[in-house]
Amino acid sequence: MTSFLGLLFDGLAYGTLLFLISVGLSVTLGLMGFINLAHGVFAMAGGYLLVVLMGAAGLPFLAALPLIFVVVAAASLVLERTLYRPLYKSTHLDQVLLTVGIIFVAIAGATYIWGPGQQPVSIPEWLQGQFSLAGVDLSRYRLFLMAIGAAITLGLVFGLERTRFGARVRASVERQRTAAAMGIHVERVFQITFALGSGLAGLGGALGVDVLSLDPHFPLKYLVYFLLIVVVGGPGSIMGTLLAALLLGVADTAGKYYIPETGAFMIYVVMIVLLLVAPHGLLGRKK
Amino acid sequence: MNKFQQLWLALLGGLLLAAPAAQAEEPIRIGVILPLTGPYADYGEQIGNGLKLYMKQNGDTVAGRKIVVTIRDDTGIAPEVSKRLASDYLVQDKVDILAGFGLTPSAMAVAPLATQAKKAMVIMNAATSVITTKSPYIVRFSHTLPQISAPMATYAAKSGIKKMYTLVADYGPGIDAETAFKKAFEAGGSQLIGSVRVPVTNLDFSSYIQRIKDAQPEAVFLFLPPGSATVSFLKAYKERGLDKAGIKLLATVDFADDDLMDVLGQSVLGVVTSGHYSMAHDSALNKAYVAAYAEAYGTKKRPNFMSVAGYDGMAGIYAALKKTNGDTDGDKLVAAMKGLAFESPRGPISIDPETRDIVQTVYYRRAEEKNGRVFNIEFDSVKNFKDPGKQ
Repeated sequence: MTSFLGLLFDGLAYGTLLFLISVGLSVTLGLMGFINLAHGVFAMAGGYLLVVLMGAAGLPFLAALPLIFVVVAAASLVLERTLYRPLYKSTHLDQVLLTVGIIFVAIAGATYIWGPGQQPVSIPEWLQGQFSLAGVDLSRYRLFLMAIGAAITLGLVFGLERTRFGARVRASVERQRTAAAMGIHVERVFQITFALGSGLAGLGGALGVDVLSLDPHFPLKYLVYFLLIVVVGGPGSIMGTLLAALLLGVADTAGKYYIPETGAFMIYVVMIVLLLVAPHGLLGRKK
Repeated sequence: MNKFQQLWLALLGGLLLAAPAAQAEEPIRIGVILPLTGPYADYGEQIGNGLKLYMKQNGDTVAGRKIVVTIRDDTGIAPEVSKRLASDYLVQDKVDILAGFGLTPSAMAVAPLATQAKKAMVIMNAATSVITTKSPYIVRFSHTLPQISAPMATYAAKSGIKKMYTLVADYGPGIDAETAFKKAFEAGGSQLIGSVRVPVTNLDFSSYIQRIKDAQPEAVFLFLPPGSATVSFLKAYKERGLDKAGIKLLATVDFADDDLMDVLGQSVLGVVTSGHYSMAHDSALNKAYVAAYAEAYGTKKRPNFMSVAGYDGMAGIYAALKKTNGDTDGDKLVAAMKGLAFESPRGPISIDPETRDIVQTVYYRRAEEKNGRVFNIEFDSVKNFKDPGKQ
């Protein structure tokens, strides 16, 4: 029983991390209808920024995190303006081609600057190791991840449901034309949403360096996971993405523990089952 | 086919036939296939670095003939790409020797082509035992997994460890490592209490490690391809406190890869590995090698066992060409490489005339800090050890 609780905890923490990185993709894919396969690039950028900020600039871990969010969000705005916007109305194939291209450019760029190897990052002492709670060994860092994940989820849900900006986002998504006619600057709304999502991916990438490790192939290695979570959760739904990430995180962790021979494929089995049950995603909107 | 086309074909054929006559002035072409992009780009960089360093130190002329090396990228585990590159090399570029091969699948895919073309094929990393049996033209200058895994089992048994667990990556080299370890360990009368194979691309090890922790072995033997898996494993191992629970970590050279030591940092201290090369190997030749490597590629990048295999592979090619006096005939070259023995930065090595595989000293090393950086310090060794995978 205790080992199951421990596993559940690990799985939830892993899921939280995947949620942080994927939620931005859910927004661009579901709300804006843009297939942004290059989403992982922002996560990788966050990871490398953390390495640079903590290494060369000597910033402490906690101070680096908000800075990473801001920098990655700002950088994504530049990309959005120059590359993404012209393709908003294009076919999905064009969008896929563009964003896959961006992945390869990013991989080559990261390899050029940092080399193909692994990047070292040392998280602060007080986040390392485990502590025991009622007989269950819990990792400090994973608890920290879950706390951040919970805070961000609350922030996102509150922001979307309760603020004026959230109302504008929902309006723009429901009916773009009407929203525009009502005086909502739809383009601006999408732009900010996009930047928020990318910033979160950057933050998730930075937090993930210690768990997922970081090399130039990050955006490609995890692409399947991001897409899987968004599709299972239902594109555009924040709670759906969270639910899917947690479910798949737990399934992955438990599968590997109980049936190590085939456990690594558990995540795909769960995906197939969930999609059969809910083809539009767990909390997706039926179109 | 009309008259005109026939004429052209005849002309072309004539040219092809005339080509060997002009060979005396032709340079010796070596076609190298390495992963230069993709998740294993690191391997290609290291092997290429070693290979180029040898040429830089020893010139590009052997037995009066110039050596021309071409390096092409097979992107990692992509046998079909390796195969296409090899056939391009053989058909279009008319290379005399094939070399490189970072990973087993790529070497396996190219082996039949080397046999067909009767060209020597020099392996500079791929380490599954069976590779050299796939073509009589293959000679290996790197290592085999059973060769470095079996001594680890002997060490475990000698240190009084009775309960072991193994974790390996689920592909050729991993299964080789597991089999060799198990065989050698159980020969000492002990039993493995569990073993697990993880997908090569696995990234989160926490569940596997929890499973090992719950099984409470005295030590765990590990083989993972060097790279992100190694880093993730060690992080999870430390985080879950396996070291504090008294579960020792025993691994192959791939785990405490010199090139990864700066990333692994303090957390790798005390880990015992078995391997054929450490950049801290105490010999004049190795000191010169490490210094030359630093001069050529900077001190940030450390030379690892792959770079040495590239270096030695090139040394082997040079030595064989000297013996044949510049003759690049595949059979003659392979015959010249059989029984070849020379000192490498890793120590004395030789090529087994029977198997065309490498015979070398396998060292036991412990990760220790020296001048602020962590190195694998050798403390014991098994001399002239042959690949047990072929016995």
